[in-house]
Amino acid sequence: MPVLRSGTQEANGENMATVASTPLPTLTPKDLSSDQDVRWCPGCGDYSILAQMKKALAGLGIPREKFVFISGIGCSSRFPYYMNTYGFHTIHGRAPTFATGLKIARPDLSVWVITGDGDGLSIGGNHLIHAIRRNVDIKIILFNNEIYGLTKGQYSPTSRIGTRTKSSPQGSVENPLRPISIAIGAEATFVARTLDVDVNHLTDTLRRAAFHKGAAFVEIYQNCKIFNDAVFEYATDKSIKADNTLYLEHGKPLVFGKDRNKGIRLRGLDPEVVTLGNGFAVDDLLIHDEKAEEPSLAYLLSRMVYPRFPECFGVFRAVERPTYESLINKQVEDVIRSKGPGKLEELFASDDVWVVR
Amino acid sequence: MSSVARSVEESPSEPQTRGNPVKHRVEELDSVVVRFAGDSGDGMQLAGTQFTNASAIFGNDISTLPDFPAEIRAPAGTLAGVSGFQINFSSHDIYTPGDLVNTLVAMNPAALKTNLKDLEKGGLLIVNSDAFTFNDLRKADYATNPLEDGSLSGYRVIPVPINTLNREALKDIRLSPREVDRCKNFFALGLVYWLYDRPLEPTLRWIREKFAKNPAILEANTRALKAGFHFGETTELFQVQYRVPPASIKPGTYRKITGNEATALGLVTASVLCNKTLVYCSYPITPASDILHALAELKRYGVRTFQAEDEIAAVGAAIGASFGGALGVTGSSGPGLCLKSEAIGLAVMVELPLLVIDVQRGGPSTGLPTKTEQADLLQALFGRNGESPVAVVAPCSPADCFDMTIEAVRIALRFMTPVILLSDGYLGNGAEPWLIPDINALPRIEITHPTKPNHDGQFMPYLRDARLVREWALPGTPGLEHRIGGLEKEDVTGNVSYDPLNHEKMVRIRAQKVANIANEIPPLSVNGPEEGDLLVIGWGGTFGSITTAVNRARRKGLKVASAHLRYLNPMPKNTGEVLKRYKRILVPELNCGQLLLLLRGRYLVDAIGLNKIQGKPFLVSEIESEIHRLAGT
Repeated sequence: MPVLRSGTQEANGENMATVASTPLPTLTPKDLSSDQDVRWCPGCGDYSILAQMKKALAGLGIPREKFVFISGIGCSSRFPYYMNTYGFHTIHGRAPTFATGLKIARPDLSVWVITGDGDGLSIGGNHLIHAIRRNVDIKIILFNNEIYGLTKGQYSPTSRIGTRTKSSPQGSVENPLRPISIAIGAEATFVARTLDVDVNHLTDTLRRAAFHKGAAFVEIYQNCKIFNDAVFEYATDKSIKADNTLYLEHGKPLVFGKDRNKGIRLRGLDPEVVTLGNGFAVDDLLIHDEKAEEPSLAYLLSRMVYPRFPECFGVFRAVERPTYESLINKQVEDVIRSKGPGKLEELFASDDVWVVR
Repeated sequence: MSSVARSVEESPSEPQTRGNPVKHRVEELDSVVVRFAGDSGDGMQLAGTQFTNASAIFGNDISTLPDFPAEIRAPAGTLAGVSGFQINFSSHDIYTPGDLVNTLVAMNPAALKTNLKDLEKGGLLIVNSDAFTFNDLRKADYATNPLEDGSLSGYRVIPVPINTLNREALKDIRLSPREVDRCKNFFALGLVYWLYDRPLEPTLRWIREKFAKNPAILEANTRALKAGFHFGETTELFQVQYRVPPASIKPGTYRKITGNEATALGLVTASVLCNKTLVYCSYPITPASDILHALAELKRYGVRTFQAEDEIAAVGAAIGASFGGALGVTGSSGPGLCLKSEAIGLAVMVELPLLVIDVQRGGPSTGLPTKTEQADLLQALFGRNGESPVAVVAPCSPADCFDMTIEAVRIALRFMTPVILLSDGYLGNGAEPWLIPDINALPRIEITHPTKPNHDGQFMPYLRDARLVREWALPGTPGLEHRIGGLEKEDVTGNVSYDPLNHEKMVRIRAQKVANIANEIPPLSVNGPEEGDLLVIGWGGTFGSITTAVNRARRKGLKVASAHLRYLNPMPKNTGEVLKRYKRILVPELNCGQLLLLLRGRYLVDAIGLNKIQGKPFLVSEIESEIHRLAGT
C-alpha cells in the first residue's frame, strides 16, 4: 500500500516567526468592523465568514492598516465594505489582477482576494489560475454557493448537473468545475476547503491561509438561503455529516464516519472507501501529506465528491515556493547590486549619440 | 522630395580604397529618400535601421517609416511577405519620411512590384538581379521579367547580382550557404552607404557588439558590408555619388529615437521625476510590445514589468499598483484598449492615477496590426459605459512621445485620473533625432500622500481640493483605512450611495475635475499667420505631414497656418478662439473624421475633413494639394 508521506515539520506555524517579531497590536474583531450596514440576506452564509474573518485576523498580530481586501463583483464581493481595513471593490472577475499589481508594488501588505464561484471561476477563471500559478502572495477566499445570487439566481460554473434555476428551468446540463481541482491544477502552494457553519474550522483555516507565504486558495462552502438553500446539507447537517465529510490532518490516515470506522485507501490509482475491521486496518489507509512534492494526492482528494465519497475539508496542500513579487523584486535588486542604480544621463546616452555645435 | 544638385565636383571615393576605384561625379543634395525593400526574411528592417543610425550620427536630420507585414514569415518571395524601410535624411529640418522615394533597393521581384509606385520618375532603382528567376517572378505575378521587358525604362535601373557578389566575398568563411545568403542585406547596405557617402563605422561597431560571441557571423557581416561599399566604388554602374551634408539643427547632444523607445524613456524619466516606482503592466500586442521589451531591460532604474495573462489583467494590475502608491501604467494597441474599457471606467470612479498607452493601429477588430491609423480617438474619449471622462493626450512625433508621456504621467498623478496616451504605429516605429534633455531642467512632479485624517479626526477619501482632486491615501497608513470601489460614491465620504442627486453631483464633479486639467496645460499655438484664410489642424502623428505641407503652401504665398492638438481632452482653453480666427478649417486625419466631429460639436465651426484610411501616413503632397484646392489655386 503506497503511503504518501513527507516532512516531519508541524503543519502550522512555519511562518509564525516573522509575525512574532512585530509588537502585537491588540486588535479585536470589533476593531475590524467598518461603520457600514451589512446588506446580505438574512441567513446568508457570508455573515459567518465575515465574523470568522475578523476573528482570524484579529489574532494575527498584523496591524489593521496592513490589510487590504480586494473583491470582484457578486454577493461575496461586498465583503471589503464591511471590514475596517483598506479595501477595493473592483470589477467582475478581475480582483486577482488588482491584487497582483498591488502586491508587486507593495509586498509589505497582507492582501486578501474575496471572490465567488461566478466571479472567480466563470468571468474571472483566467485571472484566478494565473495568480495561483505565479504564486503571488495573496489569500484568495472563494465563497462557493453554486449559484449566481446577486443577479437573482442563475446556475454557476460550480452548480451540479440538474440544478434548476431561472436560467436552467430543466436543470443545468453543464459539468461543474471543482475549485480545489482547478487550484491544484494551477499548482497552488496552499489549497484548503472549509464551511461557513463550521466556525472553528473556518477560523483556523483562514488563519493558516494568512500564515502561508504565497498564493493561498481557500474554498468555503457557503449557503445561499434564497436561491440555493441547503445545497451543502450533506456536509452540514449534524445527523449525517460525519459520514459525508472527511477532515484532513497532515500525517494522519484518512479516517472518517460517525464511528470513525471508515477510511480511504488507494486501489490502483483510484480512492476507495473501506470499512475498518472488515479485513482493513488503519495501516492500509492513505496517509494525508499536505507537503507532498507532487500534487497528485491532493488532486485525488479534490476529486472525491458526495455521494460516492466523503468530501474533504482542511488543508489539501501546503508547500513552499518563492513568491512572484519576491522574484520580481529580486531581479531588480540583483541588477542594481551588480551594476549600480541606473542614472538617467546614462540611459539617455545608451544609444549612439552625436553632438551638434 | 526634391533632390536638386547643388554642386558638382570630381573626386575619387574616399575610405578604405581597394581594387581600382572609378572616378565618380559627386553631387550634393539637400534631402534624399531611400527605401530598402525585400522579403520579410531579408533583413530590410535591420538594414534600414543601420542606415538611419549612420545618417543620424553623420549629422543629418532623419525621419523613418518602417513598413512590414503582420506575418513574421509569409511565404518567401511572395507579395504578402514584402517588408520595407524608408528613410528621409536631410541637410535641413524635416518632419516626414518623405513622399516619393529617390532610391529604391529591391531585393526580389515581389519587393519591386509592391514598391515601384512610390519611386520618383527617373529615380534610382537598385535590384538584386540574382532574385529575378522564373520562380521568383512567378511568385510576384510577373508574366515577363521587368529587367528585360522595358517596363522599367522610366527609372535608372542598376541590376546588381547581390547573391553572387556576396557569396564570392564570403566564400572562405566557414558558414552554411544559408548563413552566407543571410548576409546579403549588409552587402546591399554597404552599396547604398557608398552611394550616399555614409560612414561605415557605426554599423561596423554594431556588428562587432552584436556578434561578439559568433566570430564567423561577425566576420561575414563585416565583409559583406565592406564588399558592398567597395563594389560601389569600383563598379562603373554608377555615374554619380551623392552627398547630403549635415543639417544645421539646434545645438546639443542627440541620439536617434523611435516613438516606442521615447515612450519607454519617458516613463522611466517620469518615475524619477515623481519619485515613484514604475510598474508597467502589459500583454504582448503589435505595435506596443517594444515598450514592454524596452522597460524589461531597465530594472536598474527600479522598473517592474508585469507581462499579464491578458489585457484586462494588465490594466487591473496597473490600477492595483497605483492603489498601492506606485506609478501604474498599462500599454497596448486598439483591440487591447477595448478590453481595458471596464477597468478604465473603474479608475474613473475610484479616481486613482492610471496611464494607458494606446499605440494605435489599423482597425476595427484585428484590422491591420502593423499599419498605422488614428481611429481610436473617439474610443479613448467615449469608449466606456456611463459618463466616464478621462484625459487624453497625443504625441506628435517620435521624440515627442518622450515629452507627452511625462505630461500624461503628470496629469494622471496631479489629477488622480486615468490618462490615455494615443501614440500610433507610425510614431512608435518611426525614428527621428532626439535632443537629449538636461535632466535637471525637467520639472519635478510633486506628489504627497496624506498621513493624517482630513475631517474631524476621520479620513474622508472623497474630500477634494480646489481643483476637485481627492487625496491619494496609501494602504499601510494607520488611521486612513478606507474602501473604494466601482459602485457610486457618496460625495466626501466615499460610502456606497444610490441617491439620485448624489449621482448627478458626482458625475458632474468627475467631469469638472477632468475639465480643470485645461488650467494646467499650455495654450494651442499656431504655426504661421495668427489669422487668415485657412487653418490646418491635426493631432498625433500627422504633425510632420501637415507642418511640411503648410510651410510649403505658405512659401507659395498662401495665408495658411497649422496647429496641432497634443491635448485632446481637455483641449487647450484657447482652441475655440484660435479656430474662429480663420475663414476655413481643414482637419486631416487617418480616420473618417473623429477630431472633425469633436471640433464641429464643441466649437460649432464648419470644419472640413481630409481623411485617409490606408494604414499609411499622409504624404505631404496629399495635404498640400487639398490646401491648394481649398484656396482655389
